Amino acid sequence: MIRDNSDVLLSVSGLTAEVEETPILKGMNLEVKAGEIHAIMGPNGSGKSTFSKVLAGHSDYSVTGGRVEFQGQDLLELEAEERARSGVFLAFQYPLEIPGVSNLDFLRVAYNARRQQQGLEELDAFDFDELVREKLDVVKMDPSFLTRSVNEGFSGGEKKRNEILQMALLEPTLAILDETDSGLDIDALKIVANGVNQLANEDNAIILITHYQRLLDYIVPDYVHVMEKGRIIRTGDKDLAHELEARGYDWVLQDAAETVEV
Amino acid sequence: MTATVKSLVNQPYKYGFVTDIESESLPPGLSEEVVRLISAKKDEPEFMLNFRLKAYRQWRKMQEPTWPHVSYPPIDYEKIVYYSAPKKKDKLESLDEVDPVLLETFEKLGIPLSEQKRLSNVAVDAVFDSVSVATTFKKQLAEEGVVFCSISEAVQDHPELVEKYLGSVVPTGDNYFAALNSAVFSDGSFVYIPKGVKCPMDLSTYFRINNGDSGQFERTLIIAEEASSVTYLEGCTAPMFDTNQLHAAVVELVALDNAEIKYSTVQNWYAGDESGKGGIYNFVTKRGLCQGVNSKISWTQVETGSAITWKYPSCVLVGDNSVGEFYSVALTNNCQQADTGTKMIHVGKNTRSTIISKGISAGRSQNSYRGLVKMSPKAKGARNYSQCDSMLIGDCAEANTFPYIQVQNNAAKVEHEASTSKIGEDQLFYFLQRGISAEDAVSMIISGFCKDVFSQLPMEFAVEADRLLALKLEGSVG
Repeated sequence: MIRDNSDVLLSVSGLTAEVEETPILKGMNLEVKAGEIHAIMGPNGSGKSTFSKVLAGHSDYSVTGGRVEFQGQDLLELEAEERARSGVFLAFQYPLEIPGVSNLDFLRVAYNARRQQQGLEELDAFDFDELVREKLDVVKMDPSFLTRSVNEGFSGGEKKRNEILQMALLEPTLAILDETDSGLDIDALKIVANGVNQLANEDNAIILITHYQRLLDYIVPDYVHVMEKGRIIRTGDKDLAHELEARGYDWVLQDAAETVEV
Repeated sequence: MTATVKSLVNQPYKYGFVTDIESESLPPGLSEEVVRLISAKKDEPEFMLNFRLKAYRQWRKMQEPTWPHVSYPPIDYEKIVYYSAPKKKDKLESLDEVDPVLLETFEKLGIPLSEQKRLSNVAVDAVFDSVSVATTFKKQLAEEGVVFCSISEAVQDHPELVEKYLGSVVPTGDNYFAALNSAVFSDGSFVYIPKGVKCPMDLSTYFRINNGDSGQFERTLIIAEEASSVTYLEGCTAPMFDTNQLHAAVVELVALDNAEIKYSTVQNWYAGDESGKGGIYNFVTKRGLCQGVNSKISWTQVETGSAITWKYPSCVLVGDNSVGEFYSVALTNNCQQADTGTKMIHVGKNTRSTIISKGISAGRSQNSYRGLVKMSPKAKGARNYSQCDSMLIGDCAEANTFPYIQVQNNAAKVEHEASTSKIGEDQLFYFLQRGISAEDAVSMIISGFCKDVFSQLPMEFAVEADRLLALKLEGSVG
């Protein structure tokens, strides 16, 4: 929801980044305010996933220029785990399997790391168990998932639901969902989208990275951005997504190219 | 490998101090005369001297094994001191007479021996430079008929048991290091559980190497009579020296009808520095004989120290329906080398064995599992299940599996499973992105990986083992 007087949560300006000396991001600019939902779309290889990993602080990507402020602090100065504890959450496109580590333990350690950052007391195993069971409802997950190893043997849909469960527990200020809709059937998509909608509120913000308009039928964005070659070349509202769905990306790319020539 | 993983595995060794204590040593080098001197110093009966001399003569004719997947410069056996003992009074009546410096040393290692502070549920035999300095709870155990003392005392007080069982599981000429040990062993622990007795508390030996020049040769002998049972724990540490110390111990276990022995080790000898300088050469022979029907011997080991580990705790399953188990976690880091595993020799009918081995290699280390499962012609209906998993941390570590399977009858069943995995950067990033530090991430992954083995350890040891692995891996990730 767009409100003029909302706080700016994330401000990205002139961000450039490379992986193994190949430049990927070439001047990203983006401002996200509290309460807003942004969708970032764009063809394969346009740098959408890289952008999400750079924000989260993945060590494979090095930032070569520009600034990123998160709630007024320099995000790029923080280590990946510090960013997470400050409230930046990335729902992974391919959630990792961690054999031998129970989902419940993983969730509890993550949750308590966030609590500690907020100056709150850690929850013990019993209280946490109670809390996590409440949160299971958000993504309609069976409690048996808690005792299984993190994502091990989970179906694609179960993995994505597990990501949203983590989001529900950690209550991030900024959640970046990297192609959370990929590989989901329509029922799973509805469950995931419904979970995200329950979690969105006026104090947090969500960035959806997606190829398809389909997800945006269920999670309605305030802004739709189109990325190409490492920068945002067009910004619109939800109608832009429909237009892209109907006409493809070419016309936007062409428009952008003409603008540059002028 | 990024800087995070690396920094996680390298934690300073905290037991590296040297205790300043007057000791009595023989000059370096080994000869028949030295063997006789050791035996004389210990005032041993003739059968012991003969045992030692036989072993010595066999050792002289033997060659150091070259088949393990480890490499080290040749050991000069003439430069090793074969007998070194802290000076003490002739016979200790109580712990009050133990040199306070020694008590302090063990206290520093977390093994308080004094009456007030000692562990309430575990009897401890404290061995310092191959000599037993104190054994706690001896009296209480004696009430049940359990003998728990140093092997030197056993030679004096229970010569008939020692003569009957010493070398019965690991013969003097079994292998190069066992022969050497048999010739020169100075001390170790002795346990005898009488018929029908369930040992009322866990027994434990804590081995401490202190002397930089002396070799360490302990001998442990555990006998469980019919329908008895005992849980035995072994811990080890050593100071940090630039040179390598040879540790060649022998452990023999005998389980008679329906008896059960559970033997757990947390080995934390000094492993050498980051560049591979110093550390213990741990060349150890451990073997259990399930002599009786329905007997059971279970080895659990957590190997984290030593520059080189060469060790195969084994079970010889002679009694029908007897059971052998081997649960192992071997962790190597920096330049450590480990060639470890087990042998399960099935002789009796319907004998069963389980092997669960977890190898973790970090740094530039080499970690090999070597195991033999043998089904002899009479072992009808015998079964084995082996699972060998390796985990690599970083890009420079090595993991190998060398399984040997010999089946000599067609009514036996052998299963072997193996896997290799790696702690990947992306896995770590997943933890980091959830606010979990790289240290905690590695320690969670490793405990998960080792869960099946840790669950076999007694409670105190399991916690200790978990903590130890996390410490050892500190600095190796990232």
